[in-house]
Amino acid sequence: MIPPAFEYVRAASVDEALAHLAKYGDDARLLAGGHSLLPLMRLRLAAPRVLVDIGRIRELAYVRAEGGELAIGALTTHHAVEQAAAVATAARALADAASVLGDPQVRNRGTIGGELAHADPAADYGAVVLALGGTVTAAGRGGRRTVAIDDWVRGPFTTALQPGEILLEYRAPAAAAREGSVYRKFARRASDYGMVGVAVRLGLGADGRCTSARIALSCVSDQPVRAQAAEAALAGRAPEGDAVREAAAVVLQGVRVADDPFCPADYRTHLAQVETARAIAEAAARARAA
Amino acid sequence: MAAVIGQPLKRREDPRLITGSATYTDDVRLPGMLQAAFVRSPHAPARIRSVDASAARALPGVVGIFTHEDLADFWKAPLPCAWGAYPLLKNPAHWPLAKGVARHVGDPVAIVVADSRAAVHDAIQQVRVDYEPLPAVVDLDAAVAPGSPRVHEDLADNISFTFDHKTDGVDAAFARADHVVRRRLRQQRLVPNAIEPRAVVADYRRADGQLTVWAATQIPHLLKIFSSGLLGLPEQRVRVIAPEVGGGFGSKLQVYPEDIATMAAAIHLGRPVRWTMDRREEFTSTHHGREGVMDVEAAFTRGGEMTAMRVNWLSDMGAYNMLNGPFVPILGFLVLPGPYRNRELEAHIKGVFTNKTPTDAYRGAGRPEATYLLERLMDLAAAELGLDPVDVRRRNLIRHDEIPFTTATGMTYDAGDYHATLDLALKAIDYAGLRREQASRRQAGGKLLGVGFSTYVEACGLAPSRATSSSAYGAHLYESALVRVQQSGAVTVITGSSPHGQGHETTLSQIVADRMGIPVDSVEVLHGDTQNTPIGLGTYGSRSLVVGGQAVVQACTRVQDKMRLIAAHKLECRPEDVAFGDGRLFVQGAPTRGVAFAEIAATANLGSHAGMPEGMEPGLEATAYFSPENFSFPAGTHVCVAEVDPETGRVRIRRYLAVDDVGVVVNPLIAEGQVHGGVVQAIAQALFEDLPYDADGQPLGASLMEYAVPTSMDVPDIESAFFVTPSPSNAIGAKGIGETGTIAGTPAVVNAVIDALAHLGVRDIDMPLTPPRVWRAIREAGTGGSSRPFAESGEGGRSA
Amino acid sequence: MKVRITVNGTLTEREIEPRTLLVHYLRDELGLTGTHVGCDTSNCGACTVLLDGDAVKSCTVLAAQADGGAVATVEGLAASGPLAALQEGFWEAHGLQCGFCTPGMLMAATQLLRRNPDPTDAEIRRGLEGNLCRCTGYANIVRAVRLAARKGA
Repeated sequence: MIPPAFEYVRAASVDEALAHLAKYGDDARLLAGGHSLLPLMRLRLAAPRVLVDIGRIRELAYVRAEGGELAIGALTTHHAVEQAAAVATAARALADAASVLGDPQVRNRGTIGGELAHADPAADYGAVVLALGGTVTAAGRGGRRTVAIDDWVRGPFTTALQPGEILLEYRAPAAAAREGSVYRKFARRASDYGMVGVAVRLGLGADGRCTSARIALSCVSDQPVRAQAAEAALAGRAPEGDAVREAAAVVLQGVRVADDPFCPADYRTHLAQVETARAIAEAAARARAA
Repeated sequence: MAAVIGQPLKRREDPRLITGSATYTDDVRLPGMLQAAFVRSPHAPARIRSVDASAARALPGVVGIFTHEDLADFWKAPLPCAWGAYPLLKNPAHWPLAKGVARHVGDPVAIVVADSRAAVHDAIQQVRVDYEPLPAVVDLDAAVAPGSPRVHEDLADNISFTFDHKTDGVDAAFARADHVVRRRLRQQRLVPNAIEPRAVVADYRRADGQLTVWAATQIPHLLKIFSSGLLGLPEQRVRVIAPEVGGGFGSKLQVYPEDIATMAAAIHLGRPVRWTMDRREEFTSTHHGREGVMDVEAAFTRGGEMTAMRVNWLSDMGAYNMLNGPFVPILGFLVLPGPYRNRELEAHIKGVFTNKTPTDAYRGAGRPEATYLLERLMDLAAAELGLDPVDVRRRNLIRHDEIPFTTATGMTYDAGDYHATLDLALKAIDYAGLRREQASRRQAGGKLLGVGFSTYVEACGLAPSRATSSSAYGAHLYESALVRVQQSGAVTVITGSSPHGQGHETTLSQIVADRMGIPVDSVEVLHGDTQNTPIGLGTYGSRSLVVGGQAVVQACTRVQDKMRLIAAHKLECRPEDVAFGDGRLFVQGAPTRGVAFAEIAATANLGSHAGMPEGMEPGLEATAYFSPENFSFPAGTHVCVAEVDPETGRVRIRRYLAVDDVGVVVNPLIAEGQVHGGVVQAIAQALFEDLPYDADGQPLGASLMEYAVPTSMDVPDIESAFFVTPSPSNAIGAKGIGETGTIAGTPAVVNAVIDALAHLGVRDIDMPLTPPRVWRAIREAGTGGSSRPFAESGEGGRSA
Repeated sequence: MKVRITVNGTLTEREIEPRTLLVHYLRDELGLTGTHVGCDTSNCGACTVLLDGDAVKSCTVLAAQADGGAVATVEGLAASGPLAALQEGFWEAHGLQCGFCTPGMLMAATQLLRRNPDPTDAEIRRGLEGNLCRCTGYANIVRAVRLAARKGA
């Protein structure tokens, strides 16, 4: 269908965008790539009165490695994330996710900021940023503030972003030596949302034991989940054999697992365990090579 | 001149399609054209208490909003069912807009017309319908149980029709059986999803009452005939044009409520009206395919010979009988014996009304269901008897020297070598090597390997009149062609059939060029406009070449007979000695004595009368109709090699080989394309696609985001090989190719997956074989549980 | 609102409603009906065009978002005479049947070959995963793109 009518304003800068948001308040929605919002509007499931197009704020499209961190501007497309050399070395799991997210056309338009702000529980980046750690920076009328990634998602389609704020940047700690990350997505069909997505970031000591482990999953519940019990199972152990099995076994401990006719909860739980074990092995291999 | 038949010529329709210059229905632009959209029921069954369109009517650009009652004067008859004359069919009235009760989610309740797409989409949101939801009939077993709510309140039950057939020796064969295989097999609900959404443009000229309709249809002539009847218009005042049509797969072989309602609105308003479907409407308003349950039992000897089969088949009609909906399982019945020798068959088919979108033909139409049943039975028998599935098939396949062979359903297979296609396939895949690899993988752990076969025969070339008339089908399914040689020697072929991607323009040109000995490029093929094509029944059922091509041959022959007379007159020889070739007509055996094809063409059309035999009419054209004497019977062997990840249940097809005997292949490029596309749709049914409904009659996953039409990443390359036994049903020798892939392919894939898991005790998985289902089957087989409580087999004896 | 979009090298300018989708701008405002609409959820890819060189689904882009940009559609692929290598490839390899998905396939394949002039079959399949075809089973589309790559699209 044709989307419902709306007023369209374009922001050339973050300040302009903030001014529009201040002016229109709850009536306004930000439009970046539009690949989450426009389909909802075409199905008439969303009807914002004003669209504030921030897609041309070029200052928000960047990937930079600086001071042991990887900084990605909110309007960086998935394709740019997938292609960026800095992402491949500093946060490989992000490139993994960017390469399996949607399809080539979607990756050309969709942005990391849009994906993080939309906070779809099935979105691939949701798990990746939780596993990588780091922060999200937002701007509002009162200035800028930074939110720890663990505090970012507050519920299904809900984030720490306040009304009137714009997401500016995601910043991840860059991979150090003997550190590796991976994102594995299991979908029924190419381009689909996953049935399970698992992101793992591992650091290994010289003895091959885990010095750090962060594990997170998307598509398994009503929001991305961090698997702290699984992380604990790996702590100080070599990521192989029983350690991996034990970590995988508790990966969804305490999680209310999504259940639908095409992916029942028991299967999803099992799949998360299988994929977690595989992701740990891949992350470990990458860490050893790093 | 090189042979034209059998050449992989590039398609003549492609230049316009690859440059974006083709015209599909939604591309038609008329001055003053309005846009229509439908208000559809969000409920399964619901009584329509009232419709309040006042708010919508007040919106800018809205021209009209009409319910069934508003257009009551237009409805002269309900929508058609071609099988209406069958005495055991109940055919409740199906109106273009719901009358009193909406019976499925998506049932159209009102048509809204406005001056733009945006305005009409705004307006349908504002039409307020007061519904009283009613209990939904969803499950097939429950629908036929006593006391079920009824889909049609004026009928006694939910049975659309019954069809029963039993040969004399069935009971005795079961009594003698060494082993009986019993199963309940399910066909899920499929959504055709041609990539071009359905569309119709209706333009009514009040001055003379002329209605011109552009429609994305496979059947322009039938749509014209039914439109005139349903709307009470003189037939000569209705013209239907099928412009470029973007795929159909049976879904555009229909007279849809939206077609007729759009026409009625255009007539009422006296302005052109266009309706183009949104994809989401495909999931609730385009007819669906397949859904049914088949309880089957088959008697086998210890050696694996099938000696009798019983089938109870509940076929889901959805909420209404559509044009061919009830006939779909009957087509399946015709090939229930398959390529196998068994002649004892008992079949009971019930069409069942449910509160779901109506079903009708979807690529294969009934024959995929029958083939799935048989090919699963062959593998199940092999597993239960401890035999190789190839050996079981060999034991049962009709031999070449037994053909012609008349089956338990009265089909006479007239040409084919079923063992030969199996041999070819086995040789190509190194069957023994695959079995060795399968065994070693089972030892090693990790991904498992399975090999699945499907040896099939289908009835195509719809349809011989004796078959349609004896089954009370409402039409004899002939096809037509007009061949006209123009004064320059260019040839125009006008076919009554109506393609939507099949490449008729190329294939039919090749046939004419071959027979007339002229370049393919000098032949043009026209189609799709009822005003200037002879009546034809359309493109479906793998019939366009078999039936439509033969009509072209006959028309061609008539023209050539006349050309021979003229040539004989010029060359002073006997007409029967005149041959065609290299753009000339010449004396057989004396090729230097000849005359240019173009000269005969000029003589007959414009030239001096002196060149013509005394008393001969000018002109060079002929029209022919062909009604086949028999079906054609494509057959062959499909093999699927699949890998299964037992941890996740993910299936990956490593290799897919189709060996098809579709008779003489006119254009191998086009033929292979048909196989590829059909097989991928078969894989889609086996592994991906399903539209289930919940207990309230709400479809689940009704969008392309959830309904898993496979992408390029999800399917393998398809290997296609042809084995040829010419069909005697037509002079071309063709058997039809459009449906082989979907008919043969689905069980090959399912058999491969189950074969991979056979050592774990897995025998059955319902389609589609998604990762969760495969995983569950493995888990339950491992723990001795069963996901299929009704799936039981046993030694000997007979069931109730 | 007023938008200016260069389409196949020609500057176009129209007064439109903000909700106008790029695909309808092309089809209804400019009459370029080669770009098709196959779905409403950005799954099918029939509407694929290039926007500033990138393949996009024009049913999920507002014309307003393309304002000031350059759009390439199937009509512009061979604007100067003979067919583009991809068009020839699709013709030669029978990479189309009904043709409805073809313009979108061609545009997605154009991007694919620009980014990767010599793709493997797997890379071709990956490059076209956003475009559904219901007729061909994709095998001949893969062949078509391979042929075009060989010709140097």
